Amino acid sequence: MGAQLRVYRRQIKSTQSTQKITKAMELIAASRIVKAQNRVNAARPYADELTRALGALGKDTSLKHPLLTGVAEPKRTGILVVTSDRGLAGGYSANALKKANELAAQVRADGKEPVLYVIGRKGVGFYRFRQIPLAGSWTGFSEQPNFLDARDATETVVSALEATSEGESGEAAGIDELYVVYTRFESMVTQTPVAVQVAPVRASQDAIEALEGSEAAEDSDGPGPSYDFEPEPEELLGALLPRYISARIFSALLESAASESAARRRAMKSASDNASDLIKTYTRLANQARQAEITQEISEIVGGADALAAAGSDQ
Amino acid sequence: MATMQVELVSVERPIWSGEATAVYARTSEGEIGVLPGHAPLLGALAPGWLVRIQQADGVEQRIAVHGGFLSVREDGVSVLAEMAESADEIDVARAHAALERSGSGSGEGTVAARDRALARLRAAGEQV
Repeated sequence: MGAQLRVYRRQIKSTQSTQKITKAMELIAASRIVKAQNRVNAARPYADELTRALGALGKDTSLKHPLLTGVAEPKRTGILVVTSDRGLAGGYSANALKKANELAAQVRADGKEPVLYVIGRKGVGFYRFRQIPLAGSWTGFSEQPNFLDARDATETVVSALEATSEGESGEAAGIDELYVVYTRFESMVTQTPVAVQVAPVRASQDAIEALEGSEAAEDSDGPGPSYDFEPEPEELLGALLPRYISARIFSALLESAASESAARRRAMKSASDNASDLIKTYTRLANQARQAEITQEISEIVGGADALAAAGSDQ
Repeated sequence: MATMQVELVSVERPIWSGEATAVYARTSEGEIGVLPGHAPLLGALAPGWLVRIQQADGVEQRIAVHGGFLSVREDGVSVLAEMAESADEIDVARAHAALERSGSGSGEGTVAARDRALARLRAAGEQV
């Protein structure tokens, strides 16, 4: 077997084994998307109920709480970025980080100081390489987040929010606002990184809709139910708001996990397709090399026979 | 007998939902029983206790609820929990061990661990 042919055969084999791996990763990611979506759906009733409860409380506009209304002059803005722990997911983490950087630039332009919290090893690596300080980072659960893992992150962020920029929480400085940058799962083929404001709650889009929704319901069927509160509304609000913010962060994590798997599936699918193309190209080249080898052998034999015949006729 | 729609949801998944004749819980103000037609109410549940749901067929569900809220509306009752476990999921021996470990410490984590263990044991029907 000729040297050229051997080289091509080796390349075909190595591409085939790479394709086997990417194919397997594609299938795993595809099954994880469904699981992650189920988890998003399973977590939805809690978030909906909590929003509804908050809507009932929030109707009373006299209530004041730093998490609800924010401070007069916010100085520090928390940005929680959700990235993946592993690579091989196309532009998933890079896109989320790009969005976070845009937001940080915007925050700086507004004269506030961005404070970064990062979930996922890729994001941590990104900021560490650029020597940008992080107020907090958590890794190891980006693909299948459960509430216990997320709680550490949410507790840190919420206590920083409660401390506001005046105070300190633990070693890090407190924050006045919180944005979460995560990747929204639009469909199997589209995932968009988005930045949503979570705190103060009155400024966040979902909560506004919930509050308006409850007011609209009130208009349509006379005076709505007036709730009894146990304990007093102020105290209850103090207990409810941190939970609400945690739930928002947790649902962002769940949705990001679905997006991550979808991004990985697509990346692995195009890798498998590329491998198929490569194998095809190499097979063609290998066939050509084989054919060239045969042609050469035939012409060598014919040439040799001719030479022998010529030598014989000379004698 | 009148029934009402009751839902018990945790952050990760819905735990129980169905028709019930009564719900008993303990808010930070004290024990409360909710029957069908109760006035709208929003309450924070006391840590370390359980929620009892009297199902329409007479069976009682005992569920340990950690970090929860009780919301009573005209169309039903919902219990929101950061974590919740029904009585048959609870490992009694482990909860006992956890209770002993947390002892009488007063650190934030210790109190939370003790409350969790207490809620589990009470839901499992142990005397504590």
